[in-house]
Amino acid sequence: MNIAALPARAAATPGLARWGRDLTADVLFSVGNAAWILAIHKGVLISANPAPPLMPSYDLAIRAGAEDFARFLQDPPPPGWHDIMGLVRLGTFKVEGNVALFMAHIFWFKGVLALLREPRA
Amino acid sequence: MIEAITGRYMHLDLEGRAHRLYFEEAGQGMPLLLLHTAGSDGRQWRGLLNDTEVTSRFRCVTFDMPWHGKSSPPEGWEKETYQLTTARYTGMIMAVARALGLDRPVVMGCSIGGRIVLDLAAEHADELRGVIGLQSAAFLSPYYDTSWLHHPHVHGGEVCGGIVSGLIGPHAPEASRWETLWHYMQGGPGVFRGDLHFYKGEGDLRPKLARIDTKRCPVHMLTGDYDYSCKPEDTEATAAAIPGAKAQIMKGLGHFPMSEDYAALRPYLLPVLAEFMARG
Repeated sequence: MNIAALPARAAATPGLARWGRDLTADVLFSVGNAAWILAIHKGVLISANPAPPLMPSYDLAIRAGAEDFARFLQDPPPPGWHDIMGLVRLGTFKVEGNVALFMAHIFWFKGVLALLREPRA
Repeated sequence: MIEAITGRYMHLDLEGRAHRLYFEEAGQGMPLLLLHTAGSDGRQWRGLLNDTEVTSRFRCVTFDMPWHGKSSPPEGWEKETYQLTTARYTGMIMAVARALGLDRPVVMGCSIGGRIVLDLAAEHADELRGVIGLQSAAFLSPYYDTSWLHHPHVHGGEVCGGIVSGLIGPHAPEASRWETLWHYMQGGPGVFRGDLHFYKGEGDLRPKLARIDTKRCPVHMLTGDYDYSCKPEDTEATAAAIPGAKAQIMKGLGHFPMSEDYAALRPYLLPVLAEFMARG
C-alpha cells in the first residue's frame, strides 16, 4: 500500500476531484495501528502524511481493520471486500466524527481509497 | 435505431388514492411482470426488454412504483413521509397486474422486488405462475444509518448513488455501472430511504416462508456473489426455508444484475424462464 503516491494518483484520476468539489478537511485514515492525515482542499488531495503520534487534529476519522483492508486491496478483491461499504457491513471499517463529510462525499472517499489497490502486473 | 419498448401511463386507485403510473412493455406471450429495486425505476430492465429471445415468448412489463421514475407520488405527498410496507407493495403489484390484464403472470423482482415476490408467493399463489427473486432474501439487518439518504447536509442523489455503488460487481461494463447509478441519483428526496423502511425493517418475511407452496407457485432465486447487502448466504438461507425453492449463485454479479450486466445475468436467467415456459 503506497500512501505516499496517493496524492499523485488522485490528481491523475479524471473526475475524482469533482466528487469532492466542496470537500475541504483533514481526515485521519488508519489501517490497523498505522495512521495518516489526508489533507484535502476542494477535492484535491494535498498530502497524505503519517499522523502525529501525539494529539492528531482532524475533522473526520476513517479506520480500517488491517486484515480486511488487505483483502480490499487485492486485485481483483474477493466478493464482499471489494468496496468500503462492504467493510462497513463486516464491522471492520469505522467512520467517526463529522460523518456528514463522509456521506456527502462518499464517491470521493470510495474513489481515493480504491486507488491504493495496486493493479495486477 | 428505435427500440421495441413502448411506454404508457395507467390510472388506478391504490389504498383509495388516485395514482398515475408509468409502465413499459415489450413482447408477446406469457406475462412476465418485472419489479425494480429500491430507489430506482423500471429502466433497470432495459436489457431484458430489448432481448428478443425473451420478448418472443413473454409479454414483459415493468412499472415505476409510485414516487419512482416517471410515476408521480399521489396528491398530498408534500404532507407525508413516504414509507413502503409489505401490504402496500403487494397490493400495488396485484393491482397493476389486474389493471393490465396480466393472466397469472410470472413475477420477477430484484432486491426489494426479490423480497416482495416471496410475499406474493405466500399470499397470491393461485394468481401467479411463479416468482423469480434476484438478490432475494426474506430479511436483512441494516448495516448503516439510512437517515443519511435524506439529510439536508448531504446531496440526496450523490449519496444514494454512492451508497449503492459498491454493490455492483467489479466486472460490470462501465456504461452499465454508471447508468445504474444515474437512476439512483435521480430518485426523489427520501424515496430510497422510504423503500428501505420495508427492506431493512418492516418487511421481515421469514415467518411467511413456511406457507409458500412451490408446487402451486414455483420459486426461483438468483443472487450475484458480489452483493454484500443481500449476500449469497442470505439467499441460500431463505431458499432452505422454502421447500422446493431453487437457488443459484451467480459469479461476478452484484446487486443489480439486470441493469449492471444483463449479458452476464442472461445465461442464468434464460433456463429459469424456459422452465416456466415448459410448465405453461
